[in-house]
Amino acid sequence: MLHIENLAAEIDGKLILNGISLTVPRGEVHAIMGPNGSGKSTLAYVLSGRDGYTVTGGTATFNGQDLLAMEPEARAAAGLFLAFQYPVELPGVGNANFLRTARNAQHRLRGEPELDAVQFLKLARAELKKLSMSDDMLRRNVNVGFSGGEKKRNEVLQMAILRPEFALLDETDSGLDIDALKIVAEGVNALRGPNFSALVITHYQRLLDYIAPDCVHVLAGGRIIRSGGPELALELEANGYVGMVADAA
Amino acid sequence: MSVLTYSGIEGFFARFAALRPHLPGDVAARDRAAAILRVQGLPSIRDEAWKYTNLRPVAQASFQSAATADPSALLARLPQLNAPRLVMVDGHYLATLSTLPPQVKCLPFAAAPKFGTLANPACEPMVALNTMLAEDGFSLTIPANIDAGLIVIAHLTTAARSTHPRHAITLEEGARASLLEIYLGEGAYLHNPVTEIHIGEGANLTHARLQDEAEEGFHLGTIYARIAAHSIYDSFSLNIGARLSRTELHASLAGAHATAHLNAAQILTGVQHADFTTIVSHDAPHGASRQTVKNALAGRSRGVFQGKIHVARGAQKTDGYQMNQALLLSPDAEIDSKPQLEIYADDVKCSHGATIGELDADQLFYLRSRGVPESQARGMLVRAFLSDAIDMVANGASRAVLETAVELWWQRHPA
Repeated sequence: MLHIENLAAEIDGKLILNGISLTVPRGEVHAIMGPNGSGKSTLAYVLSGRDGYTVTGGTATFNGQDLLAMEPEARAAAGLFLAFQYPVELPGVGNANFLRTARNAQHRLRGEPELDAVQFLKLARAELKKLSMSDDMLRRNVNVGFSGGEKKRNEVLQMAILRPEFALLDETDSGLDIDALKIVAEGVNALRGPNFSALVITHYQRLLDYIAPDCVHVLAGGRIIRSGGPELALELEANGYVGMVADAA
Repeated sequence: MSVLTYSGIEGFFARFAALRPHLPGDVAARDRAAAILRVQGLPSIRDEAWKYTNLRPVAQASFQSAATADPSALLARLPQLNAPRLVMVDGHYLATLSTLPPQVKCLPFAAAPKFGTLANPACEPMVALNTMLAEDGFSLTIPANIDAGLIVIAHLTTAARSTHPRHAITLEEGARASLLEIYLGEGAYLHNPVTEIHIGEGANLTHARLQDEAEEGFHLGTIYARIAAHSIYDSFSLNIGARLSRTELHASLAGAHATAHLNAAQILTGVQHADFTTIVSHDAPHGASRQTVKNALAGRSRGVFQGKIHVARGAQKTDGYQMNQALLLSPDAEIDSKPQLEIYADDVKCSHGATIGELDADQLFYLRSRGVPESQARGMLVRAFLSDAIDMVANGASRAVLETAVELWWQRHPA
C-alpha cells in the first residue's frame, strides 16, 4: 500500500530525512517513534505534500502511484489522510461546510457523484453519534475556539467522514488527556480492517496502548534505525531513546 | 436623434449645451454647477481627496450618445426575490418594470425635479457634473411608521454613454425599510449617480448595495445620508464590478443617538480599481459609527479605502470605530488605506485599525490536505475573510444575494 524507499528530503538546505525505507502493507498499522528533531513530522508533511520541503532522493508510492508527483488534494482523493499535530483554525469557515466541501471535492476528483446537503448531514450525524460527539461540532467554525482535545477530535471526525484508506497520524496524542486519547484511538480503531492502514507517528508509547501497532519503527537522525514488533515500543519506554540511538550510531 | 461623440470634460459641456433647453428643473442650479466644473475641472490626483483614484481613463473616454437597448438580458440577471422592485434603465425610472408596494411613494426625478439639500456641487466635482446633466432618477419616500420591508432597486445600463441620475430616499419618522440596490450593465459607460438619503427620527434603513457594473464600465457614485436622532443607517457596499469605481459615502449623524454602519467589501482582479471613501460627520452627541471595510485583491487590481471621521465640538459621547483589512492575492495587487480622524469634542471614543496580509499557507495546506483543490481552497478562504463583513448585513435575503455574488465572482475569476 505505502512503499517508501531511500527517501531523502531537506528544508532550507538542511537535510532532515536521510534515506528512509519503509513499507506499510494493506490492513496494517505501523508506528514510527523517535526523539524530537528526528524527522517524524517532516516525514508526515513530505508524504502529504506540504510546500517548503525538497525531496532530494528516493521514492514514495501509494497503491503503486508516485505519491511525490501528486498535488496534496490528489493524495487526499487517492485515500491518504493526515491527522495534524496542530490542527489549523479556519475562522469564517463552518465545520459542516468544510467537511462537505472536502468530501465532495474528493468525490469529484474520483469521478463519483456528490452528496447533497441532506445526504451529507445524515452521514455526519451518524459519524458524530458513533464518536459520542455533539452536533454542535458541525455548527462551529473549523477548530476556532476549540480546546486541544476538541481539535484532535475534529481530526478524527474528518477522518471518519472522509474514510481514507491510509491515515498518517502526526503526534495526534500530543497535548491530549487520557479521555481524548481514548476517543482518538477509538476513531482509528473503528476504521481498522483489511483495507485500512495507518502510520502512527508518536513520541510516547502511551498512544500505542490504545492503538495496537503491527509493527514499530524507530526514527533517528532522519533514518529508521530499528524495526520490530510492538515490544519495541515497550523497550523504548523502559530504556529511552538515548541508548538505542547510540547503538545505531 | 443625432449621434454625437464626446470626449473629456468638453464632451460633458457639449452635451450640456445640447440638452440644456430640455433638462427638467432649476436651470440656474445647473448653470451654477457648470460654472463650478469649468473652474475646477474633473478631479485629478493632485486633489487630496482623489490622490489614489486617477480619473484619466474617464476623462479620456468618449461616451457615445447611444440609444437604450433591450434590458431583458440584464433583468434576467437580477436575483429572483419575492420582493417589490424599482427599475432604472440607463438612468431613467421605468414604472412599467417596477412593482412598488402601495404604501411607498415613488416619483421620477424627471417629473418632480428637486436637487435636494445635502449634495453640494461646490465641494464635489462629480456632484457638479451630475447636477449639470441629471435627466432622471427616483425619489422614494417611506411614510412615517411604515415598515416597507425589502425593496430591490435595479440600476441597469444598456447603452455606452454617461448617465447622471439623481435619486432621493426619504424615511419619515419611525419608518423602516431594507433596500437592496444592484448595479448591472453592458459595455463601456459612465454611471455617475448621486443619492440623497434622509432618515427621520427613530427610522431604520438597511441599505445593501451590489456594484456589479460591466467590466468596461465606470461607476462613480456619491451618497449623502442624513441620520436624525435615534435613527439607524445600516449600509453595506459590495464592489465587484466596473473597470474603475468610486463609492463616496457622506454620513451625517445629525441628531443625538444616531447610528451609522458603513461597511464594505471589494473583490477585484485584472486591472480593476475600486475606491471606497467615507466621510462620517458626528454632528450631535451620543452617536455611534461603525465601519468594517475589506478588500480582496487579485491580479494587478488596486483597492482604496479612505475613511474620515469628523467629530464636531458638541458631539460628546461619540463612539467611532473603523477597521480596514486587505487580503492581497497577488504580488502585483495594491491597497491604499487612509484613515483620517478629526476630533473637536473631548469626551469621545474613536478607534481605527488597518491590516494587510496574504492568504495563510497553513490554512491553504490544511484544506488541500482534505482534498479541496487549490483554487477552490483559496476561494473558501477569501469568502471566509469577507464573511465577518457580509455577516453584518441584517436583511437575510440581501445577505444571500451578496454571498452568491461573491461565490459567482470567484467562479468567474479564480485567483
